[in-house]
Amino acid sequence: MSNVAARVAEQFDDAVQQRESATVGMWIFLATEVMFFGGMFLGYAVYRSSYPMVFGASSQRLDIVLGTLNTALLLTSSLTMAMAVHAAHSGKRRSLVGFLFATIVLGAGFLGIKFYEYFQKFEEHLVPGKGFVFEGADSRHAQLFFSFYFAMTGMHALHMVIGIVMMGVLIVFAMRGKFTAEYYNPVEMAGLYWHFVDIVWVFLFPLLYLVERS
Amino acid sequence: MNARESLEHQHYLNVSYGVKSWLLTRDHKRIALLYLISITLFFFLGGFFAVLIRLELLTPAGDFVQAETYNKLFTMHGLIMIFFFLIPSIPAVLGNFLIPLMIGARDLAFPRLNLLSWYIFIVGGIFTLTAVVTGGVDTGWTFYTPYSSTYSNSAVVLTALGVFVTGFSSILTGINFIVTVHKMRAPGMTWFRMPLFVWAHYATSIIFVLGTPVLAISIVLVGLERVFGIGIFDPKLGGDPLLFQHLFWFYSHPAVYIMILPAMGVISEVIPCFARKKIFGYNVVAFSSLAIAILGFLVWGHHMFVSGQSEFEGLIFSALSFMVAIPSAIKVFNWTATLYKGSISFHAPMLYALGFIGLFTVGGLTGLFLATLAVDVHVHDTYFIIAHFHYIMVGGAVMAYFAGIHFWWPKITGRMYPETWARLAALIVFVGFNLTFFPQFILGYLGMPRRYYAYPDEFQVLNVLSTAGASILGIGYLIPLVYLLWSLRYGRVAGTNPWHATGLEWRTDSPPSTQNFEETPVVQEEAYAYDEVPEEVSLV
Amino acid sequence: MAEKTVSAGMYLLVYLALMVLLAATVGAAYLHLGNLTVVAAVGIAIVKATLIILYFMHIRVGSRNLWVFAVVGFLWLAILLTLGMTDYLSRGWVPAPTGWEPGK
Repeated sequence: MSNVAARVAEQFDDAVQQRESATVGMWIFLATEVMFFGGMFLGYAVYRSSYPMVFGASSQRLDIVLGTLNTALLLTSSLTMAMAVHAAHSGKRRSLVGFLFATIVLGAGFLGIKFYEYFQKFEEHLVPGKGFVFEGADSRHAQLFFSFYFAMTGMHALHMVIGIVMMGVLIVFAMRGKFTAEYYNPVEMAGLYWHFVDIVWVFLFPLLYLVERS
Repeated sequence: MNARESLEHQHYLNVSYGVKSWLLTRDHKRIALLYLISITLFFFLGGFFAVLIRLELLTPAGDFVQAETYNKLFTMHGLIMIFFFLIPSIPAVLGNFLIPLMIGARDLAFPRLNLLSWYIFIVGGIFTLTAVVTGGVDTGWTFYTPYSSTYSNSAVVLTALGVFVTGFSSILTGINFIVTVHKMRAPGMTWFRMPLFVWAHYATSIIFVLGTPVLAISIVLVGLERVFGIGIFDPKLGGDPLLFQHLFWFYSHPAVYIMILPAMGVISEVIPCFARKKIFGYNVVAFSSLAIAILGFLVWGHHMFVSGQSEFEGLIFSALSFMVAIPSAIKVFNWTATLYKGSISFHAPMLYALGFIGLFTVGGLTGLFLATLAVDVHVHDTYFIIAHFHYIMVGGAVMAYFAGIHFWWPKITGRMYPETWARLAALIVFVGFNLTFFPQFILGYLGMPRRYYAYPDEFQVLNVLSTAGASILGIGYLIPLVYLLWSLRYGRVAGTNPWHATGLEWRTDSPPSTQNFEETPVVQEEAYAYDEVPEEVSLV
Repeated sequence: MAEKTVSAGMYLLVYLALMVLLAATVGAAYLHLGNLTVVAAVGIAIVKATLIILYFMHIRVGSRNLWVFAVVGFLWLAILLTLGMTDYLSRGWVPAPTGWEPGK
């Protein structure tokens, strides 16, 4: 397998070095993302431990059905993404495009539900800021919960939008024949990114939706 | 072969001409020079703010600028010097230029990402400069809430955006360096044959990638609070301003190790060369770099001893802060042991390196005073703190940066700088630096608070000494600007290895060709093999 | 070039496990676990994340030391959370001096 066929960039000696470099590089980037979201998890932990009752009451205002459905959609999209990478590895262009497309659809479904939930919260006056209304003794601290809800799920949604755009670009490249069984690094790297975004949600879901349901 | 001819070979500077060939370059060496020009501009801008601060402090009364203006001066000085000069300086200039050369690679792992880093740095810089010219920020570089999130009327969001964007420049550089060290070493270049400069940058990159994102999220949250009224740090909503400080210092303490580790890496290269002796304790120095990077993440609460943090937490952070001093001290011992019985010459890089060792030791020791809870209660937020960190960042990091610029100038440009002028400038810097900052230790101990534009009359003498020192220091920094530019045209042609130094970067042309080496080197000897080089070789 | 990969069948198996764990997450929320609610929730989430990392993200078949890069971010997050939360959980543990008199 020549370096040209495997699209090896000039600074690398061979395709293996290129692929391993890309993989390590992407994992380090994901570590930076863990720390980025992590700062918000610290804030969340601080306030949940300080105000457990009102966090519980606020959490109950989130729609557990929609949240569970969204989690299921996202986990399924991780499956389709993994299958997309698998298809690329096998050189199956049509399956690759199909699975990427499925991933986009599932991701868009997630975002659709998410924005519907945001709209609901807006109608219920639970968006932090001047119009915030929360019945109950501790509305000040309830606003904290919802600040974290919007900040964390909003940041997550932004990452998903970026991911969906990347999938779209990959579909275009795949249809142009840019990927082969020997070279599909971008697909694999995008897969790592997508699974990471899924993992963030895996933690967000119970921490935001399931504080107090018993 | 006459002097002019030996620069006639094709190298990275003359291989192509034109703005596009520089702005779209993928060559790590050209990117390093793009950074060099940018950070030099920021250095003088940050220095300009320092001049204004020191002018105000000549007199006890606040009579040069208004109080609000003074707040903006020290804020801009800090922000520009830290984020746009110190943090990128050695890594983005010397690290970018040298790491591939030192490990025998053609370039970094991700050349285009490297260029993107520089563009991101410039964009962040433009945001921040826009904030400067449209009124400035007055929160202090530390952006403490709730002042920054609610009450300040200055360009907080714009500045925060600038710092946020620039942070990604650091992150991408860190990713690039780590992958490069793991994957791009030449055959025979094992981990323990790498120059300690590379180890230092690897350790720095760990901090880049794991610390900077937390700064990013703290800035985002302040921005959200300011723009959307989302209360996270707002006491009115039961929020805790201290949460911001935890998130901010989680990055900003390791950030100081971002500033000093690469500097230590430079010193570890310069000392062996000008003592003609292998570094003492290579393994220990390498592991100390990693230890500093890791332990540096465990001490951030020592900035918050008097902020309302729990006393128990203060105890933990105090103990950990003592521990982080150990690997730094080990390095100082090792450099000193390297000097012992070495054959020492006092070229400019060595003068700066020797200055580093002394001044860094003073700064580091005073850090231990500050780690001691009871002492910190007395001197927190005084000029003692300011003196402490300037000893390390200016007496340490900036001197090491100058050491490195001079040491590798022949490699980067193919020309020597004028040695006598360089030695003179180094001495002027050393004198000016100490005159500026030693009085500040005394001022702080006597109780002069930081960030105040007026002070009691009895502090004036020391302040005047400090300002006098600052003017000398400024001259010391201007002189190299002049002769380094002069040397580009008139400096003596350096040749491949004017210092007879070890290291792969000295085995290739000065300046190097675009792909660095004609053939990938195969490494068979250990680092710092100075024993094989005759001591009597006369340097330059 | 041959590099190891995970089979489609394995992906499906992991996916089913993830869905079962999702059901467990929601189910556990309705149990009266008191202070352990968050432990159960985060614990199950960790199991899910581990499965995703090992199989979907190929750590299980990756090169020898790749897992270090996968783990280090979470380790550093643990540092942030631990030392950060210690402040809030330990307020009031050590009595702070309430004043001093000069000369004493």
